[in-house]
Amino acid sequence: MNNLLVMPMALPVLAGILLIFFRNHIQVQRWTSFIIMLVNAGIGLYLLQVIQTEGILRLDFGGWEPPFGILFVADSFSILLVITTSIVAAVCLLYAFSSIGESYEKMFFYSFVNFLVAGVNGSFLTGDLFNLYVCFEIMLLASYILIVLGGKKVQLRESIKYIVINVLSSWFFLVAIAYLYGSIGTLNMAHISERIAETGQTPLLTVISMVFLTVFALKSGLLLYFWLPRSYIVPPVAVAALFGGLLTKVGIYAMIRVFTLFFYHEPSITHTIIGVMAAVTLITGSIGAVAYKDIRLIATYNVVIAVGFILVGLAVGTPEAIEGSIYYLIHDMIVKTLLFLLVGTVIALTSTSKLDEMSGLIQNYPVLGWLFFIVVFSLAGVPPLSGFIGKLLVSLGAIEAGSYVLLALALISSIFVLYSVLRILLHCFWGETMISSEDEVPLNKGRLIPCLILTGLTIGLGLGAEYLSPYVENAAYTLLNPEVYIDAVMYKD
Amino acid sequence: METLITILTGVLVTVATYFILSSNVQKVILGSAILSHAAHLLIMTMGSGLKNGRIPVLTDETGSFVDALPQALILTSIVISFAVTAILLVVAYRTYRATGLDNFYDWRGYKDE
Amino acid sequence: MKTNNVILHAVVKLVVFIILTLSVYLFLSGHHKPGGGFIGGLVLASAFVLLFIAFDIEAIRKAIPFDFKRVAALGAFISVGTGFGSLLFGENFLTQAFGYFDLPFFGTTELTTVTIFETGVALVVVGVVVTIILSIVEDV
Repeated sequence: MNNLLVMPMALPVLAGILLIFFRNHIQVQRWTSFIIMLVNAGIGLYLLQVIQTEGILRLDFGGWEPPFGILFVADSFSILLVITTSIVAAVCLLYAFSSIGESYEKMFFYSFVNFLVAGVNGSFLTGDLFNLYVCFEIMLLASYILIVLGGKKVQLRESIKYIVINVLSSWFFLVAIAYLYGSIGTLNMAHISERIAETGQTPLLTVISMVFLTVFALKSGLLLYFWLPRSYIVPPVAVAALFGGLLTKVGIYAMIRVFTLFFYHEPSITHTIIGVMAAVTLITGSIGAVAYKDIRLIATYNVVIAVGFILVGLAVGTPEAIEGSIYYLIHDMIVKTLLFLLVGTVIALTSTSKLDEMSGLIQNYPVLGWLFFIVVFSLAGVPPLSGFIGKLLVSLGAIEAGSYVLLALALISSIFVLYSVLRILLHCFWGETMISSEDEVPLNKGRLIPCLILTGLTIGLGLGAEYLSPYVENAAYTLLNPEVYIDAVMYKD
Repeated sequence: METLITILTGVLVTVATYFILSSNVQKVILGSAILSHAAHLLIMTMGSGLKNGRIPVLTDETGSFVDALPQALILTSIVISFAVTAILLVVAYRTYRATGLDNFYDWRGYKDE
Repeated sequence: MKTNNVILHAVVKLVVFIILTLSVYLFLSGHHKPGGGFIGGLVLASAFVLLFIAFDIEAIRKAIPFDFKRVAALGAFISVGTGFGSLLFGENFLTQAFGYFDLPFFGTTELTTVTIFETGVALVVVGVVVTIILSIVEDV
């Protein structure tokens, strides 16, 4: 029993509810939300240390013992993601303070950011499959509100598509849960894993695993990403950054969890399909990233490529590849948020999103230009930035497993990533300046500081990879040895 | 009983699929609502038997009672689909007010943005 | 719309109280029998919606001067608060307790913390449903 475990979800929920009463006190709303995120990050760091010494933690809600009650389970993997989520959300809030505008802040913007974070953290921490569905829905409902807030024509139109596609994928999730419950008779994740290991993964269960794959592919944007690029460009910058940094990652987390904990007995079927889907995602995502001239679309297609890359690690399935996926997942949450924030800042400064219509920004805004320079190299995986270790480990894993096609595609996609963001760098920042010093819009600190923090994090994550490695190793160890998870959930007092 | 409910689920999914594939927003929303009902029926059927016991309410009598978990799941899921449908309706309505259109085909076109 | 809805008004005035009573009954019976906060809340919300349909919205707004968004938030706060309340006693999150007490008028009564939780749920349902209905109605 450790009640701290529920805090990353319960504190944002409580804060979100309380902030509804403080609708007109914007300062209260801002700083409460910000402090809650920092507190969550602190709790996460503390729990991470506890997990290293005491093993996987668990909290049974209302004292109902597993497999009967709902529970939260914290292993290194989920806690690492909780910490990253809290930091990313805090930085996005910091960016929102100066950019989102009062009309948003009075329409419960901060409440819904809190609910979104609560849903994301809950999805990471839960140990019950139906609870995972509920947390997904909390996150999605908050995201529906955030995407539609502002009410511009294009926003409304895109959000309808976004909502409909997510309703459909939630329906598939329910169907998958129903079938799994019908054939296994439990919803506790550890218990499901144990029972599947006892009975063996029958063809029926493999079919159910495919339904789960469809669900999480829709949510994470693996192959079925057709809804993603257009809907991520319509909300305001801070919201788009939150979405780009967090939402698809929850789908990826769920996919990794489900296919390492439940359906790991038939990798020749399931993991091969994941591999093929990841390969196609890498190819089409790369084409998308170089095809468009709208810098927001280039950024969203980069999200898609990253999803493919992380799931290459899952498809390969060696310990090193899984470790690489975890590294890359953490890296990607930070650097994609940063990319979205920078792209949004550029658009705010130039009031255009077309590549052709801007140039020479580095002469007006040198700091911004250099930040973008660092992001380009971090995305491409140049050492010593944070993308490098993830790419290296996934590649090593792929070599070890002999999946040379996936390896080649993953590395070629990195070149496409580099090319697509270099294009932004060359078109927007290089060349003759288009803004004369009189019409230069000042770049305020509120927009610059969040970008600086995240850039610091991506550099720090690259240089400090050695400090992170024991935690990531522990996370990968738990993922690859489901009995550790089962033991901690089912048999420890 | 299970067979019957399963067939009913299939019929509902068919109807919902037809609705969702239409280009009219209202039909799509109706389709998604019907789809969620189909999922609820499916969960109910997946519990251990529909008619082999009493309702799962605690009284002094003992004996067999039906699995209570699917009902808890369905209640939760009804609440969620209620909320989602409400949001979907409001957003569709606002979109209609803003654009004057209620058809997915008419919303295409990115030239003006 | 100036139609004369005498019958509707007369019926609604009566029926609203029946609905309110039913909602309280459903709410309280929910502990051991079918019923509970969600259903009680929905029935309660239907009473409010009926009032809004039958009479002028502004008149009812004056008579029931709540901001229903805040009602929903208050309910959610109560529900989550019971979860946090269990932390004060060093129990697991969301642990509920019950006991039997001798009350002067009711005799031996079972009092539970679940009822507080359910009160929150009922308030959320009322707040959310009425807010949805009002926000659509006001536009037309």
